[in-house]
Amino acid sequence: MIQINNLHKSYVTGNNSLHVLKGLNLEIEEGEFVSIMGSSGSGKSTLLNILGILDNYDEGAYSLDGHLMQDLNETQAARTRNKMIGFIFQSFNLISFKNAMENVALPLYYKGVSRRKRNQMAMEYLDKLGLKPWAHHMPNELSGGQRQRVAIARALISKPRIILADEPTGALDTQTSYEVMEHLKQINEEGITVIIVTHEYDIAAMTHKIIRLKDGVIEEIIKNGDLKSFQAQYNRNINKSEHHV
Amino acid sequence: MFDIDVWQEIFSTIRKNKLRTFLTGFSVAWGIFMLMILLGSGNGLQNGVKQEFASNAVNAMWIWTGETSMPYKGMKTGRPIRFNNRDYTFLKNKVNGLDEVSSRFYLPGDTNYAYGNEYGSFTTVTCHPALRDVENIKLNKGRFINHKDITDFRKSIVIGKDIAKALFKEEDPIGKYIKVNDVPFKVIGVCHDPDNRNDRTAYMPVSTAQRIFNGGDRVHSFAVTTKMVTSEKQAEAITSEVREALAQRHKFNPDDKRAMGAFNMLTEYLRTMKIFQGIKIFVWVIGIGTLIAGIVGVSNIMLILVKERTREIGVRKALGASPRSVIGLILMESILITTVAGYIGLTMGVGIMEVVNYGLEQAFASGGGDGIFFRNPTVDFGTAITATLILILSGAIAGYIPAKKAASVKPIEALRDE
Repeated sequence: MIQINNLHKSYVTGNNSLHVLKGLNLEIEEGEFVSIMGSSGSGKSTLLNILGILDNYDEGAYSLDGHLMQDLNETQAARTRNKMIGFIFQSFNLISFKNAMENVALPLYYKGVSRRKRNQMAMEYLDKLGLKPWAHHMPNELSGGQRQRVAIARALISKPRIILADEPTGALDTQTSYEVMEHLKQINEEGITVIIVTHEYDIAAMTHKIIRLKDGVIEEIIKNGDLKSFQAQYNRNINKSEHHV
Repeated sequence: MFDIDVWQEIFSTIRKNKLRTFLTGFSVAWGIFMLMILLGSGNGLQNGVKQEFASNAVNAMWIWTGETSMPYKGMKTGRPIRFNNRDYTFLKNKVNGLDEVSSRFYLPGDTNYAYGNEYGSFTTVTCHPALRDVENIKLNKGRFINHKDITDFRKSIVIGKDIAKALFKEEDPIGKYIKVNDVPFKVIGVCHDPDNRNDRTAYMPVSTAQRIFNGGDRVHSFAVTTKMVTSEKQAEAITSEVREALAQRHKFNPDDKRAMGAFNMLTEYLRTMKIFQGIKIFVWVIGIGTLIAGIVGVSNIMLILVKERTREIGVRKALGASPRSVIGLILMESILITTVAGYIGLTMGVGIMEVVNYGLEQAFASGGGDGIFFRNPTVDFGTAITATLILILSGAIAGYIPAKKAASVKPIEALRDE
């Protein structure tokens, strides 16, 4: 599904060049449930932006579903995003003057689906996430968890192949976080590839594969079978940080 | 490409920023409102002045004689100049710049009119048929002097409607005989001059008058129409042509204004119209200037709007909005604000001018309004259409830079947590 070879990305600000991704290689199969971890500055957000075709890269190759994502113009990129990828953000990014249903329907609008059809579909997806009674509420009338579920419905409505979630639980309390992760797990079980960026070990531990980035390259990939040891390591890390404090 | 969703998007943002939208719209509305008021006033002034010209043909010209005030070819000053019937023939046939010619012979002393027991003293003008066009004489009844009246020395007379009222009361004057200085004349028409408050003038054939009142072939003045030229220079050239030709025939210095006087209405008319042309340009410049201030305001607001909505635009792009749809959104909003606001301003401006016009017409209709150089101060349809097009265009211009900025928003930058 996703193939990345020798990916380089630098940010140039004035005379300074910041080399963020330094020859990254990565392969993600269809239907995987992956989390990307790493300390800040490790390049995880940059990687997610490139995966989501929100940003371009300097060197290497990125293929999505067998197509090389290179030198796309804005319109092509927008079309690909609309067709292939659903986004979930830490701060939800719902449009404040649209109600829940209209927010969910927005990607279909850019797909050219008729108003009635897309509102009907939006209602279906809201129902799936248990939000039907709130369909006509504005985002500021919803709780954080509800907002994130609206955002998930919005990400799903265009039937994407991949869900990219940037710190989807970063603004939520633990219980709500777990609920959101439960939704993402269900989505994954329906066959959609889910990639989340997180810095929370417990969240990462719920995925099937953890990619740890460090200084712009992959430090390690923890696969399904190793998750138990990851749990142990995670506990160790917590103990370590507690010792430090 | 009417797309209800685009409009819904636009209206929801407008609804969110009512005051700001109103203030922006107000500046545009004000601009176009002022433009309409200025244009209307300019038109009103122009129409008012045109009305002043309307009592005569705008290409009318009068030529009269006096005494020489400059010595010429050995002849001393103070010599009277006299026109005659041969000058009439000459002006009519030989002078290129002239269209129609009427000569006039002044009757000596008062002219007394009598019909039955009614009598009065009125002005008598002797003329050729052409005078009707030169002085815009309107007929209420019957006909004006014609060619046959001139050649047959008929005793025909066209009387002003006040004369008819004085002599005939309710009776129909056409075909009746009245006595002018004891000579019977047949009334062939009743006329009025649209701009004269009194119609106490009668018109009779110049040939008949010369014969009856011992005029010989004497002509005191000419009333003519010139060719309808379009520049002041050309109009003046006609005056000079006439002056030089007559100076040669009567042997006086062509520069001698006392020997022969001439007044060319067309020169005055063209000069006045040129002033109005200037006023019109001035009005447009001011109006457009005001409008530009409005446009800059809209552009400014849209720019702020784009800045405020950067995040939202970023989200839309992440969800698959193409740059085109983002540009369209901003551009449409800008065009909508300017067009709607502009249209309100336009309607109000035109409305006020219509109200003023109504008031003026009432004043004129009730016989007042003398000396008001202001008539029909309205803006024509074409100008209103032009203004509307300018509005839509300015909306597009106002939205262009903000839209461009919105399209260049990078989703990652917009979505980056601050």
